[in-house]
Order: sequence, then structure tokens, then C-alpha cells
Amino acid sequence: MKTFQASILGAAALAIAFTAQAQDYRAQAISMMKRDFHAKGIAHMDRLNEDAVQLVCNRSHDNPPKDVAERLQQDQLATVQYPADGKYLGDWQAGEKIAQNGAGMTWKDGGGKPNGGSCYNCHQIGPATTSFGDIGNSLLHFGKTRGYGADMQKYVYGKIYNAKAYNLCSKMPRFGHSGTLTEQQIKDLVALLLDPNSPVNK
Amino acid sequence: MSSIKLRAVVALSGLALVCAAQAAQKEAAPPKKAAAHAKKPAAAKDPVAADFEKFHEIMEEDSPAELFEAKGAEMWKAKRGPNHVSLEKCNLGLGPGVVKGAYVQMPRYFADAGQMMDAERRIVYCMVTLQGFKEADLAKKPFSKGSYLPDPVALVTYVAGQSRNMKIAVPQKLPQERAAYKLGEEVFNYRAGPWDFSCASCHGEDGKRIRTQNLPNITTKEGANRAFQGWPGYRMTGGLMHTLQWRMNDCFRQQRFPEPGYATETIADLLTYMGVNANGYLYKGPGIKR
Ligand code: HEC
Ligand code: HEC
Repeated sequence: MKTFQASILGAAALAIAFTAQAQDYRAQAISMMKRDFHAKGIAHMDRLNEDAVQLVCNRSHDNPPKDVAERLQQDQLATVQYPADGKYLGDWQAGEKIAQNGAGMTWKDGGGKPNGGSCYNCHQIGPATTSFGDIGNSLLHFGKTRGYGADMQKYVYGKIYNAKAYNLCSKMPRFGHSGTLTEQQIKDLVALLLDPNSPVNK
Repeated sequence: MSSIKLRAVVALSGLALVCAAQAAQKEAAPPKKAAAHAKKPAAAKDPVAADFEKFHEIMEEDSPAELFEAKGAEMWKAKRGPNHVSLEKCNLGLGPGVVKGAYVQMPRYFADAGQMMDAERRIVYCMVTLQGFKEADLAKKPFSKGSYLPDPVALVTYVAGQSRNMKIAVPQKLPQERAAYKLGEEVFNYRAGPWDFSCASCHGEDGKRIRTQNLPNITTKEGANRAFQGWPGYRMTGGLMHTLQWRMNDCFRQQRFPEPGYATETIADLLTYMGVNANGYLYKGPGIKR
């Protein structure tokens, strides 16, 4: 009995020590990066700080407790600024160009050129582009299969504006929240996915 | 130089031009053709990838990297720098002057420097301590560009060539080396910046692509081996020789992070994480990359 108790205590102590050590590596790694990196162009040093979402996802290996994830997703959803005119559909042709464009937010970017969305880096979208990545799911025939209604338009606008509002540790960037894409650019992307005339839905 | 090799190099620079032109085109305008492939669910190989594979077959035996190895070998033996000495006394971890097998056993902890060092960081250290070069000067323009080839790139390529067909055996004996692995793992998984990316966002799952570029899953042994192989590499896009220092720099750029300092501990620790994950595989030497 005594040894059993001792071993439980021992295991607990070990677990605490282990987490303490893991925390320590994490803290050390962060301060090492802050020492070793420097600002370049528009990529300033504050980019090495985690925000609340990044911190929770980093600490939980992208697997946060459900209640925490839900609460933070609600916070993220509250950041979405929907168009004041209530219209979500822009110009799908402009949207196609934004989806193709991989520039934006790196230390080589800036200087007045509009940012792109890099969407084809991760998604299949229009039928004409075969050099698409597959970190995200295929968006070909998106409107055709998911519907063209106002709710769907609002969802896609919100997803592009802040992907973490729907899936806290998504690999997809938050294009509106991070200031990468403008309201008009996001509308154009919504049109690319949800305009019945867009090649995506042919 | 054999005429076959010369022809191959000429062909390669031609191809590099085509690639550069295609890359520029890709950024400027969406590709118009390929509507015929629309029904195919998977991405078709792009012409650059197809060219590269053909080229890779021809060059298998006769890599252009060997030219850079030869240049690095000369540089290694030449008396250079303010102190006018060669690097032949440089200790790459296996004793002063031992080059054979050193690359596949780095990064490692060097007690004289009190630091974890990958091959490039160590070579820079030797250039500074033995030859009297200034570290700040070496860090100013550390990457190949146009016809400019930084000294450390040629030197690393030479040193790497001296580990061809040897087993990757990045040491984990010392506590500092085990800590470096843990720190590298933390850096690898650290998601931050405006696009919420970490290395793991792009290299944490099997069989993923960005556009048509395959992304090795560096958290697995096999993926880490793929990431280790072929570096330093002659890169078809632009026709330049690059080391893993450059690869890390460009991936941090894509990660939307600020810039990592050249040959710093952060990079040494990341390369420790990758190298240890790749331990046991045979290193095939400097190679070519798309
Ligand atoms: C780095 C990868 C990445 C990039 C870049 C990216 N996405 Fe995504 N996207 C994903 C992933 C992964 C998912 C699925 C997981 C999730 O829901 O977050 C997703 C999901 C989506 C969805 C929801 C799909 C559904 O079935 O409901 C939409 C819509 C979308 N992305 C549009 C876009 C658009 C438009 C862009 C460009 C502005 C873009 N994505 C850029 C990775 C990416
Ligand atoms: C936004 C995407 C992205 C991020 C983030 C990213 N990489 Fe990469 N990585 C790439 C792409 C694209 C390539 C090029 C693949 C090719 O050329 O075929 C690549 C290539 C590599 C390679 C060479 C692979 C090979 O087969 O030779 C290594 C090693 C690597 N990355 C490591 C890292 C590390 C370490 C980090 C984090 C510091 C990182 N990457 C972050 C996209 C990314």
C-alpha cells in the first residue's frame, strides 16, 4: 500500500516536472526566436507574439477543450465586420485574380500592391486551374452543391474574413481579421464561390 | 570538366530561364489552358515539374552540385582571410581537419563555442576564428543571387559532398543536443504571425501540396529524410546553389514571420529537430531541387 501510494505520488511529481520542463522549452524557444529574428520590411517583430487563438492552439496541439474552443470561436465570430450595405456578392472575375495571387504580408510584400488570398495554394477552386494545393478541401462546384442563399453567402464571407470563427485551429488564415483582404476583395471571392455564373459552379 | 557535364550545365541554365519565366508568368496571370483536364480530380503535373523529372534522370549521375563541391574544396584548402590561413584546421566535430562524415553528424554541440552548430554555422565560426573574417560581413549577403556565390555556400557544399552515401547520424548524446531537439520541435510547432502559420501548418501532414509542390511531413522519419536529402541543392528555379540556411529563411518568409538571423541558434535547433528525425537514412549528397 505504502509503495503504491508513493509511486502514485512519484508519478504525479514526475508529470508535474515533465509539464514544467515542456513549458520551459516552449518559453525558451520563444525567447530564442525573439533574440535571433529581426524586423524586415512590413514583417515586424510583434509578429512573433501569439494572440489568444494562436496560444490556445499552440498549447493544446490544435486540440483545445471543446468549451474553450466554442467560447473563443464566438469571440472570433464577433470580430467579423459584415458589409454595411448587406450585399455579399462582388465580381467573380476579380475574385479569381485574388484567389490566384499568392502575394501578401511577407517581408517582400507591401509597397502599395494589393494583397492576394493564396487560395489556390490550398484549395481546388475553378476548373481551369490544375495546379492547386490540397491543404484545404476542394471548393469546385461550391455553390452548386451547398446552395446560393443569403445564409450561405454570409457564412462564406465570415469564413474568409475569420476562418477561426468556425474552426478554432484551422490551417486557413484569417484574411479580414489580419487586414490582408479588404471588404471588396472578400465580396469578390464570395462571388467566385457563389455566383451561379462563376466557372466554379458550371 | 567533361564535355557531357558542361553540356548538361548549359542545358540546365536554359531550363532555369524557362522556369523563371514561367514563375513570373504564374504570378502575373492565371494560366488559361488546361480546361481539358477539368474532370481530373487530382492536380496534373505542371510543365516545370515534368521538365524537372526528365532532367533529374539525366543528371542523376552527374550533378551540377559537383562543380560547387570542387569550388568549395579549393576554397577550403586556400590560405584566405585577414589571417591568411586555410580551413584545414577547422574542427567540424570529428577533430581538426576531419571533413569526411562530418556533415551527416551535424548539428552538434561544440564546447569551444558553447553552441549548437549546423554545418554552415560551424564553417562561419571557423572563418571568423581561424581566418579572421568578420561575422557581420558574412551575414550581410549570405544567399546566392545572380552570379554571386557566397563563400559559405561553396564550403558547405564541399563539406556535404564528403558525407555522400553515409548514414545520417545527428548526435543526441549531450544534454545540450537533446535540449536543442526539444527547442527545435517547439520552434517547428510555434504558430504565430498574421497568417497563423507554423512550420507544421505546411509540413505536419502526409501527402500535402502547395500548388503542385509536394510538402514533406517533417514530423515523420521518412518526411524528415526527404527534407534532408538533396541539400545543399542546385535549384532549377533561378539556377542557384542554396543551402538549408536559405531554405529555412524562405520558409519563414512564407510563414509571414520576421527574418531569422543568418546562422543563428534558432536555425541550428530547427535543423537538429529535422536531422535527428532523419537519422538512419543514407545521405545521397548535394543535389538538385526544383
Ligand atoms: C494555408 C491553407 C489555406 C489557405 C491559404 C486558404 N484556405 Fe480555405 N480552408 C483551408 C482548410 C484547411 C479548410 C478546412 C478546414 C476549416 O474549415 O478550417 C478551409 C476551408 C475553407 C472554406 C469552407 C469550406 C466548407 O466546406 O465549408 C472556404 C469557403 C474556404 N476555405 C475558402 C478559402 C478562400 C476563398 C481562400 C483564399 C482567400 C482560402 N480558403 C485560403 C485552408 C486554406
Ligand atoms: C506557407 C507554407 C510553408 C511554411 C509555413 C513552411 N514551409 Fe517549408 N516549404 C514550403 C514549400 C512550398 C516548399 C517547397 C517545396 C518544393 O520546392 O517542392 C518548402 C520546402 C521546405 C523544405 C525542403 C523540402 C525538400 O523536399 O527539399 C524544408 C526542409 C522545409 N520546407 C522546412 C520548413 C520549416 C522548418 C518551416 C518552418 C520554419 C517551414 N518549412 C515552413 C512551404 C512552407
